[in-house]
Amino acid sequence: MKKILYREWGISGPQYWGLLAILGAVIAVAGFSALYMEHNGHWVTGMTNQVVWGTPHVFAIFLIVAASGALNVASIGSVFGQKMYKPLGRLSGLLAITLLVGGLLVLVLDLGQPSRLIVAMTTYNFKSIFAWNIYLYVGFLAIVAVYLFTMMERKMNPYSRAAGFFAFIWRLILTTGTGSIFGFLVARQGYDAALMAPMFIVMSFAYGLAVYLLVLMFTFKLEGRVLGDKIMGRLKNLLGVFVAAVFYFTAVYHLTNLYGTENHAYEAFILRDGGIYTQLFWASVIGGMLLPMGILFHPALGKSHGGVIGASVLVILGGLASMYVIVIAGQAFPMAMFPDKTIIETGFFDGVNGAAAGYIPSMAEFLLGIGGIAIALLATFVGIRLLRFLPMSLADEVVDPHHA
Amino acid sequence: MQKVDQKRRDFVSVAAKATAATVVAPGVFLQSVAQAAPRAEPVTDDVRYGLLIDTTKCADGCNDCVAACDQENGIDQLLKPEGASDALWEQQKPRWIRKVKVQDNLTGKQTDMPVMCQHCEHPPCVDVCPTGASFRREDGIVMVDRHTCIGCRYCMMACPYKARSFIHENVQSKTTVAPRGKGCVESCNLCVHRRDNGEKSTACQDACSEGAILFGDLKDPDSKISMALAEKSTVQLRADLKLNTGVRYSGI
Repeated sequence: MKKILYREWGISGPQYWGLLAILGAVIAVAGFSALYMEHNGHWVTGMTNQVVWGTPHVFAIFLIVAASGALNVASIGSVFGQKMYKPLGRLSGLLAITLLVGGLLVLVLDLGQPSRLIVAMTTYNFKSIFAWNIYLYVGFLAIVAVYLFTMMERKMNPYSRAAGFFAFIWRLILTTGTGSIFGFLVARQGYDAALMAPMFIVMSFAYGLAVYLLVLMFTFKLEGRVLGDKIMGRLKNLLGVFVAAVFYFTAVYHLTNLYGTENHAYEAFILRDGGIYTQLFWASVIGGMLLPMGILFHPALGKSHGGVIGASVLVILGGLASMYVIVIAGQAFPMAMFPDKTIIETGFFDGVNGAAAGYIPSMAEFLLGIGGIAIALLATFVGIRLLRFLPMSLADEVVDPHHA
Repeated sequence: MQKVDQKRRDFVSVAAKATAATVVAPGVFLQSVAQAAPRAEPVTDDVRYGLLIDTTKCADGCNDCVAACDQENGIDQLLKPEGASDALWEQQKPRWIRKVKVQDNLTGKQTDMPVMCQHCEHPPCVDVCPTGASFRREDGIVMVDRHTCIGCRYCMMACPYKARSFIHENVQSKTTVAPRGKGCVESCNLCVHRRDNGEKSTACQDACSEGAILFGDLKDPDSKISMALAEKSTVQLRADLKLNTGVRYSGI
């Protein structure tokens, strides 16, 4: 294994600035969308008193989950001692930070009172998993920053394993916290499951790695850096295993529910009768889990860059669909306020005859969510342009300790 | 030596004093007013306020309690924003109390009842609120501190009774007893202003000509509500959650 050299991202000026301009435009549109919603109030969104968290939450939670997962690549290198992953660590840490910032911005800009963020930072109710998450998120940013410093500053290298270990533990707690936002909700049929926390962790592994692979391939391709078959083989197999694990957790979650009669109505809603939610659920399972697994483990497709790109894109789209089903369908399904009874009239949309609440996302919500992704990418591209995050080469002879 | 501009000094001095007086005086004044009023006395847990809903008396098609609540708490002052669709607005405007009609799956028996915040002893909305804006008073009333509510809506996700509403629009006018603002969550607070003024009822109770709603102190054995609870068989909604609600239902 040769010595790894890192260099700033050296694409041409017009390419770099062009990229930033495109992302900047997307961010500006997202900013105006947020301002529009904040100025008018949430009536301009599709959100109601029934579906209180809308599309921004879908994007925000996806980004936050993906952020913790993006750090995995670094963890495998420094915590689990896999030498081949070491050169990938810096980008992994950077993506963990930028994705989290993107997700948090979307989350904060969707608050009813975004200007009261200072209240959220200074007034805590420690029984709330939300309050804990504020600490977990801010702490994650700080810890990963320190971890990056130990990776990038030669004098600090001896501490990188310890920092990496700490960051790894922290990210597990963080994703547990994110999953628990839903897991702790006793009121709604689709939530209130301890499985939510580990399921979110496994989802983070898959989504984070899919984003990582796409960013790695894009940045390397654009500058003409070499991405060898060995490293790609490792990463795509890992993605395949993670996606399989997401499939397993999804299956266990729904099969467990199907066993208990009290959940039959909810499962029928998700799996069979839920319209758009049912469609998205099966799209996420078939298109976002089974199909990418098939591509990644296919003897020819799995070895092609196109195949890996396709699979990663499918995992991300499938992930967004899964999040949409968890966040929106979980709210749209009526609450079981009167067991053994059917609501036949209501003055507040309680689900007459078990009907689900409607929700049609507005364009502004969608644009705000997309803006979160754009912010994460923009910050990543600026980061790799200014500092040495990317290895010069990931060719087989550079990364493989056993290369002849 | 430079000549001192005394006029300018005097002006600055007067301006500073005037500014200080403008800033400090209202606070001092408000403080003294607040201290003078009995409502400034801390609420104690010597009482626990609650409601008893007798569903056998709740009339089919009657919406009087809802209308009274809307008026008392200024909900009827909220207007549909210009350009909003009617159908969507119906789902976005706040509702503190609503009428629900349920039918028993086995017997087909139909029951009418009002549903509002159940004022739990262990409220999930209070547990999940990140800032503590959602809180339970010592006297059992669960409500929202609109100064610290950041509008995250996690309490709405957590409430098993769908009792909470989010203010989706700019507020043009409101009552002094129920101040509200865009981007905050709110719900039934058992007409808390009436508690502070020493009144003994809620707007919904006053409006119900059938006497289906009874407000009172659950801890006072001699109160009407306690005596009625001792006589009748009552239930809590979602009793399986063991939230020990302050609102009880009979006849379901």
